[in-house]
Amino acid sequence: MDSVLPVEDRGGPAQPLLLASGLRKHFPVGGGLLGRGRKVVRAVDDLTLSVAKGETLGVVGESGCGKSTVARLLIRLLKPDRGTMVLDGDPVDEPHGITVNELRRQVQMVFQDSYASLNPRLTIAETLAFAPKAHGLPAAEARDRVRDLLAKVGLEPDTYAERYPHELSGGQRQRVNIARALALRPRLVILDEAVSALDKSVEAQVLNMLVDLKTELSLTYLFISHDLNVVQYLSDRVLVMYLGKIVELGPVEAIYGDPQHPYTQALLSARPSMDPRKRTKEAPIQGDPPNPIDPPSGCRFRTRCPFAEDVCARVEPPLADTGRQEVACHMRVAGSGHSKAVA
Amino acid sequence: MTLQSPSLELGAPLVQPIATAGGRSYWQSVRRRLRRDPVTLICAGVLVLLVASALLAPWLGLDDPYKTSMIRRLYPLGSPGHLLGTDELGRDMFARLVYGGRLSLFMGVTPVVCALLIGGLLGITAGFLGGRVNMLIMRIMDVFYAFPSVLLAISLSGAMGAGAENTLLSLTLVFIPPVCRVSESVTTQVRGFDFVDAARASGASMLSIVRVHVLGNVLGPILVYATSLISVAIILAAGLSFLGLGVKPPEPEWGLMLNTLRQAIYVNPVLAALPGVMIFITSICFNLMSDGLRAAMDVKA
Repeated sequence: MDSVLPVEDRGGPAQPLLLASGLRKHFPVGGGLLGRGRKVVRAVDDLTLSVAKGETLGVVGESGCGKSTVARLLIRLLKPDRGTMVLDGDPVDEPHGITVNELRRQVQMVFQDSYASLNPRLTIAETLAFAPKAHGLPAAEARDRVRDLLAKVGLEPDTYAERYPHELSGGQRQRVNIARALALRPRLVILDEAVSALDKSVEAQVLNMLVDLKTELSLTYLFISHDLNVVQYLSDRVLVMYLGKIVELGPVEAIYGDPQHPYTQALLSARPSMDPRKRTKEAPIQGDPPNPIDPPSGCRFRTRCPFAEDVCARVEPPLADTGRQEVACHMRVAGSGHSKAVA
Repeated sequence: MTLQSPSLELGAPLVQPIATAGGRSYWQSVRRRLRRDPVTLICAGVLVLLVASALLAPWLGLDDPYKTSMIRRLYPLGSPGHLLGTDELGRDMFARLVYGGRLSLFMGVTPVVCALLIGGLLGITAGFLGGRVNMLIMRIMDVFYAFPSVLLAISLSGAMGAGAENTLLSLTLVFIPPVCRVSESVTTQVRGFDFVDAARASGASMLSIVRVHVLGNVLGPILVYATSLISVAIILAAGLSFLGLGVKPPEPEWGLMLNTLRQAIYVNPVLAALPGVMIFITSICFNLMSDGLRAAMDVKA
């Protein structure tokens, strides 16, 4: 088993690295005895996305919109209720495709909580060597790889290899987490709020390191964050989620420069401005997202949307191509029945 | 004498950052804290003494604990040649107490060790796998919980008949559910941490995840809890022997000695109480040591 070597590209640069279609995850909550008559939280509902080779796809949205569930579905920490995944041409977990284990070797994840994601009883070296050893790398080579990984994430191997997680700062621990995600030489790294818990100065260092590592190791990133500025800095394309659905998807310039969906517009106008004369005076959208147990009919954003009309309650807007980006809003679809719909 | 369900805080040390003033690993800091805890150290010392004397009893030059004498019955404490007097059949009390420790300690430790292996395995399995497996295992344990532990031990021993093996078996059965419940709760807690998810995401096998990432974090709390069960086991075993369901005479065993000396309580009450004192010392030492271990392993303290 030489599965600890990097995986060669197969389908060429035009083939998406990861293609997920119709992903759905509903969590049962409470409910009756033996699971009858239970309600479900619709965490992710029929989500389709593709990640191109070498790009950084940013995923933004409010808390509870299903960002982390998407991450966990893509690495199969959660089993989707429905939907298929294709990794560089190979279907995942299907008869003629690759196994979930093989997927997990090529796709790795960095978690948000840098402390909870490190085993307090293991030294940094033991943590980093765990995955390569589990895949059959001999101890001596694993030791070399640990030193190599630590150096890559900017931690002096002699100083840090034998330390325990509690002896490290938050930024150092997150570097270790990134090193662990790279230990199996993956092609896609999912960063789930990987820098959100760090101080701003440390965050900037780690972000720059991520950019460097991406070029050096020709990685692809799926970058999940609620911080719009960070996503703008890092991403090539941006995906905006609301209540388990994609509302807008497109190149970073299009999304930030010319947002089409009212939700994206509201998110962007909620950003703190660097210019004191351009203060945000009012909250662009009111209240909390609706309960995902019983999401609104039609467009899920309509309960908070200033432009909502009858059609929004009746028909669910499809993700429509508007030229530069894809938007799920009736106002952007000609003949949808919305009074503001483009002609 | 109910087996209390453990506090959920058992697993708390896992989440807390571990204070380090010089010491490096977690276990080193535990050892350092233990060294500064005289009560725990004294208790551990007494227990070591008890275990050593029990193990080495045949080589200590004691009187024969089975040799009866109708003339020297119920000598008081401090009699020449019989430091702790003699029992109702004229046997040397000191020798019988030391020899009695062999069976009593054995009866206290063995069922807990067996329950630790079986209950721990079941609990960690239930906690790690969750879902239906957890449901199945824990509901079976709940059935055992429906009976008070003393009653369960007595009825099991009564049904299987007297004898040391049956006592061990029934005590093991009594201790499996509480050990299982503690193991399940700490394992469930550890399983929720991101480092277990990260290990799963690395494609490692379930066994190696449990071995490397789960066991190290759950064994401490489970062992501490098991230590506190030893004293309960000693008391229960002595109680069964007292009721005539455990060890049979003339074997020296503290519970049985209490029973047979009961008639002498009006003649020589101090003598009759001696086996009880031994049970008391042993169980309080195990309990205090368990408390000390818990405190040393709880980094918040």
